[in-house]
Amino acid sequence: MILMSGDIAIRVRGLGKKYTIGGPQERFLTFRDIIVNSVKAPFRWLTQKGADQSTNEFWALKDVSFDVYKGEVIGIIGRNGAGKSTLLKILSRITTPTEGDVDIYGRVGSLLEVGTGFHGELTGRENIFLSGSILGMKKAEIEQKFDEIVKFSEIEKFIDTPVKRYSSGMYVRLAFAVAAHMDTEILIVDEVLAVGDAQFQKKCMGKMEDVARVGRTVLFVSHNMAAIQSLCSRCVFIMSGGVYRDGPVRDVIATYLDMVAPAEGVPLVKRIDRSGNGIGQLTALFINGCPDDHISAVCSGDTVRFKLKYKILKPILSPIFYIGIYNNLGTQIVHCNTDIVGLKPGLIRGEGEVICEIPRLPLPPGRYKINVALGEGGGEQIDRVESAALMDVLAGDFYGTGHSSSLNYGICLADHRWRFVDSESSSELL
Amino acid sequence: MISTPKVLPHQSPGEPEPTIKIRPPRKWVPVDFHEIWEYRELLYSFVGRDLKVRYKQTALGFLWAIIQPLFLMVVFSLFFGRLVKIPSEGIPYPLFSFAALIPWTLFAEGLTRSTASVLHNAGIMTKVYFPRLIMPISGILSPLVDFAIAFVILLLMMVYYGYVPTIAIVLLPLFVLLALMTSLAVGLWLSATNVKYRDFQYTISFLIQLWLFASPVVYPSSLLPEQYRILYGLNPMAGVIEGFRWALLGTNPPESMILVSVGVVVLLLIGGLFYFKRMEQYFADVV
Repeated sequence: MILMSGDIAIRVRGLGKKYTIGGPQERFLTFRDIIVNSVKAPFRWLTQKGADQSTNEFWALKDVSFDVYKGEVIGIIGRNGAGKSTLLKILSRITTPTEGDVDIYGRVGSLLEVGTGFHGELTGRENIFLSGSILGMKKAEIEQKFDEIVKFSEIEKFIDTPVKRYSSGMYVRLAFAVAAHMDTEILIVDEVLAVGDAQFQKKCMGKMEDVARVGRTVLFVSHNMAAIQSLCSRCVFIMSGGVYRDGPVRDVIATYLDMVAPAEGVPLVKRIDRSGNGIGQLTALFINGCPDDHISAVCSGDTVRFKLKYKILKPILSPIFYIGIYNNLGTQIVHCNTDIVGLKPGLIRGEGEVICEIPRLPLPPGRYKINVALGEGGGEQIDRVESAALMDVLAGDFYGTGHSSSLNYGICLADHRWRFVDSESSSELL
Repeated sequence: MISTPKVLPHQSPGEPEPTIKIRPPRKWVPVDFHEIWEYRELLYSFVGRDLKVRYKQTALGFLWAIIQPLFLMVVFSLFFGRLVKIPSEGIPYPLFSFAALIPWTLFAEGLTRSTASVLHNAGIMTKVYFPRLIMPISGILSPLVDFAIAFVILLLMMVYYGYVPTIAIVLLPLFVLLALMTSLAVGLWLSATNVKYRDFQYTISFLIQLWLFASPVVYPSSLLPEQYRILYGLNPMAGVIEGFRWALLGTNPPESMILVSVGVVVLLLIGGLFYFKRMEQYFADVV
C-alpha cells in the first residue's frame, strides 16, 4: 500500500510523558509549603517545578513514534499501566507531553468516558445538549441529530426526566448515544464499549463498525481482542511506555497474547500492573494447588478449585471477591463473584483465603487467563489484577460419555438433554 | 520479534499545516481568542448548566438571587446607617448601600465561582479537550442573571425614594464590565492555583469579606482623606462602586480613581491570562 504523505492524519514523534510519583510531591499541597518554599526560592512555585527533585520519576510513555493515515482504524492494545491511557490523553489534548510532538490533521473527537459532562439534575434533553457541546458538537448539529440520538438511546419516554432518576442502563445508553453521533474526522475511543447490557453492547459495536466503514480515522483502545480484531485493520501494541509492535491486526494480537501470557512468571504478590484503591491486596491464587506463577492444567469437566489469598490493611465490611475466566480473544467466559451468588462474607480483616469451586469445568480445551479482583460492597474497587494466572484446559470428559471435549465444541460447554418425539409412539429418550 | 526502531520522517516542507499541534509545555503560551470564540456554545452551555442547576429543588428559586443583597442591605442600614450613622452623601442609607451591594455581589459571586470553576469541572476537564479558559469565564458570567434581577429591585427603590439617574447612566455598562473583569482577573490567578493548592477554596470567602470592607460599600470613599483617594483606586471595586453611585444616584464622579482601577485590572488580567495558560498545561496531571 503506497500512501501519500498528504494522507496522514496523526503523526507522533518521540513522544514521552514523565510523571513524578510518591515522595514529597504528595505532601506539597498546602499554602504553608508554598510560603516556606517561596522564602527559600521565591516564585518557584509558580512554575510547577517546585517539587523536590529527589522524588521518583516515572516515564509513562517514552520515545513513542507512529503514523496514522486517514481512514485507518487502529487498535491500541497493551496491559494495564502500559501507557495506553496516557497516550490517548495526550492525543486528546487533555494533558501535555513531556517531550516529543504530535501533529494532527483534522478535527479530533475523543471518547474517553461514557457520559462526560452529564449532570444528574438536568433532564435527558438538557444533558444531550450539554454533553454534546462538551464533546465539541455545535448546537445546530445536535438539534439536527436530536431525534436520532433519542431513538438510538431508547429512552424516548424519559427524555424530560432528570437523569439522576434514570437506571444505570438508561444513563449509559443515553450517554453513548450522544457520543456515537460525534462527527469528527478523527475519533479516539477508549474502551467505552464495555458498557450496558449485552444487547446494547452489540448495538454499540454495530455503530463502531459503521464509523469505521465510512472512512473516518479511528484510534481504538481495548482489552477485548475480539472487538479489536473485528474493527481494526492495524494494531499498535504498547508495552512499558513504548511501541512494542505495530502492524497488521492478526500478527500484533498474536504477539500480544504470546507476550502477555508469560507475564505471569511473576507471582501475583509482586505484580505492579494492578488497579484499585490499594487498601488490600490479593496475594496469591492457586488453581487446584498450582501457584499463580505457573501455568496450571485442568481438564474439561474436572472440578476446579481456586484458592485466593488476601491481605488487607484495614477491615472491609462487605468484601466481594471476583474470579473471571477469559479465553484467548479476551472474552470473558466465566464470571465468578461472591456477590452474584448471594454470599455475604461479612467483615474481613488481616490475612485470609477464600476458595471458589467450579464443580464441572464447562470449558473446551485452550489457554485461559484468570482475572481476579477484590471489591467492596459500595462499589469501590480495592484490588484488581488482570491475567493473574494462566490455565490450560485439556481435553476431558465433560459429558461423562467417555468422549473427550474438543476445540470445536464452542467456547463454552453446556449440559443438555435431547428428546426424540416419534410421530407415532411419542417415546421419549433420556 | 522486537521491531527495530525505525526513524520516521517529520513533517516535510511541502505539507499543509497541521490542524492541531501538540507540544511539550511552554513558559509563555499565547491566548487563542479565536478558539474561545469557536467554543462559545460550550461557554453558553456551562453558563446555562450552572443557572439551571443552581435553583433546582429550591423552594424560593430565583428569589435567592435578591435575598442575599437585600438582607445585607437591611443589616447594613440598621447597623451602619442607624446606629453608627455613617454619612451617606445625603442619600437614604438603604439606597446608598444597595447601589453598592449590586455590583459587589456580581463581583463576589463571579470571583467565588471562577475560583472554584476549574476544580468544579475537573471531571470533564480530565476527559475531553476544550479551551480551559472557558471555565473561569463561565464562572463570571452566570451571576449576571442574578445581577439583572437585583438591578430591577434597585430601580424600584430609586422610584420609591424619588431618584432619577443622571446622564452618566450610559456609562453603567462599562462599570459592569469593569466589575466582571475584576472578578475574572483575580479568578484566573486563584482558579489556576486552586487546582494544586486547595487552600484557596477555603480562603476565598474570608478574602471576600475582607475585600467587602476594603471597598466603599458601607461607607463613601469621600470618608478617606483627599490625597489617598487615588490610591484607593488600586482596589478596582472602589472605582466600580463609586462609578455605580455616580451614574445612578448623582454622587461625585470617581474621576482619576477609576483610571487607576482600570489600569490595575488590565495588568492583573493580562498577568492572569498568561499565568492561567501556563498552568493549564498541568491541570489534568495535578487535579
